[in-house]
Amino acid sequence: MKKIKRGTWVEVENTILYPEDRSNQLPLETKKIPYEMKVRGFLANDAYLNEIVTIKTLSRRFIKGKLMQSQPEYNHTFGPPVIELLHIGEEEENILNNRQ
Amino acid sequence: MFDQTYQQTMQRRNEIIENSLKVNYEQFQTSPIAFDYEKMMTVLGYSIEEVMDIQKEFHVGNTPLWELNQLTELVRKIAPKGKGAKIVMKDEAANPSGSFKDRRASLAVYEAKKRGFTGVVAATSGNYGAAVASQAAKQGLKCIVLQETFDSNGVGQPEIIEKARKCESLGAEVVQLSVGPELFYTALATLDETKYFNASLYSPYAIAGVETLGYEIGLEVQQQFGKEPAAVCVTHAGGGNITGTARGLRKFGNKQTKIIGVSVDLKGLHMASDQDFNRKSFTTGHTGFSMPFTTNPDRSDVPYNAARPLRYLDQFITVTQGEVFYTTELLAKLEGLERGPAGNTSLAAALVLAQQLDEDEIVVVQESEYTGAGKHPVAQLNFAKEQGISVYKGNPEENKPGSTIVIPEHIQQIKIEEIDLDRIRESYLRNKLENEDVKKLNMGDKNFLAKEVNRGLDYIESYINQHSSHLKKETNPSE
Repeated sequence: MKKIKRGTWVEVENTILYPEDRSNQLPLETKKIPYEMKVRGFLANDAYLNEIVTIKTLSRRFIKGKLMQSQPEYNHTFGPPVIELLHIGEEEENILNNRQ
Repeated sequence: MFDQTYQQTMQRRNEIIENSLKVNYEQFQTSPIAFDYEKMMTVLGYSIEEVMDIQKEFHVGNTPLWELNQLTELVRKIAPKGKGAKIVMKDEAANPSGSFKDRRASLAVYEAKKRGFTGVVAATSGNYGAAVASQAAKQGLKCIVLQETFDSNGVGQPEIIEKARKCESLGAEVVQLSVGPELFYTALATLDETKYFNASLYSPYAIAGVETLGYEIGLEVQQQFGKEPAAVCVTHAGGGNITGTARGLRKFGNKQTKIIGVSVDLKGLHMASDQDFNRKSFTTGHTGFSMPFTTNPDRSDVPYNAARPLRYLDQFITVTQGEVFYTTELLAKLEGLERGPAGNTSLAAALVLAQQLDEDEIVVVQESEYTGAGKHPVAQLNFAKEQGISVYKGNPEENKPGSTIVIPEHIQQIKIEEIDLDRIRESYLRNKLENEDVKKLNMGDKNFLAKEVNRGLDYIESYINQHSSHLKKETNPSE
């Protein structure tokens, strides 16, 4: 496995609460899973994936966590066209032009 | 991760909140159930002139007021003769981070800096995070944004992911959390560790910041049309938008304008459910926030919530998800304005309300928000389809939150659902009386409750007579 260099922008994960520590008032499907966090920052020391590392965040905090990703992507996109939306406006233009 | 355990942190919640806001909320308390709301807003807040000056300095506000001529004409074509109010929109996307939330953030960050804090913390999955990040960057403070982001499969709504990207691009640290109300604990622990300012959405600063929006609407509609708007439609979530806008309109001097809160109906989806989390196609502006915050405003992250929507709501309406996506597309196609869907919740309702009002009336849609990848109907509907939600064109009455999103085929299919405000008032009063150990209400309490539910003293008297069981018994042998 390739070592990730110190200073690389990475994402770490942490478990904040285990199921037994979570509120009993939660819906069961939420209660039975751990409460987790993900934070991104610059890797403080060379490390391998899945190691516990320290990162320096954009607010200059040092946070420890399990190294999950190097250079985490923003991969949210518009996606393919939504055909259900494309015809919106046709009918209304007809109404505006009195061609109902 | 944190030095303090969950229990230790939660036990110290009041101390942490006081340190992170520098507000002693006890000074406003007048009885176990009442507090002096106006005192809180004036002692801690700023005059509206001061707020305007601060916002101007940080490039917030003075957004354009657009007449939506094509939509107005369209409404007049389908409305009864003589009906069809002019629809105007306050284009809040023109604010630095792209939404009205800059108004809230500007003042909170300003206050933080004035009091010597070096950073701010905000817990939000919505536009407020980007606004706090933007204002923190501009005013030179550090910023941490905590968001409820992903379910147990590590999957998150594209809208929330986009907000994280935006916050990071503005220099903020983003802490992404899985589903659960423990967001509050994480925020407390972060405040405790960093000693940063609590840029709560519900502080007096956050609400005073929105008052300029109402004030600008009152002023600009007066200048351009020589009258008050008949109605202002406000997308309603936590209540700050309603509260601030209504207070601003009153400060300008508007008396007739109806304040109409509009939420997307997400009935049946549990807000703390890992399974339901990604079946919501609206991450803000929906009933999951608006209902609890209207009937129980103080169940927030501050002892006294400055957002008190029930004091100001004249009407409370819901629309469906499909209707809002349709309206968003129509705004783009007929007005050339591509804006995010959350703000268009109120526009969807305005399209219906305008048909009921006379032609010479004005209905204001009081916000808009930026859009882009992840925060656009195309992204959100594609995500919904991936989650197994059925998306189709048809009758919006078939819309079922979490199962179907029905896109109307034409504007006549949009309907609005009226929420019975008296039922909301009764829920508020029941929550208030049951949560506090109150045996008897004095005059001060009754006056407070009357203001809280925007009704007269007689309304409160009559409620108490009918529901005396909500008051604790003088002596209860079982206790």
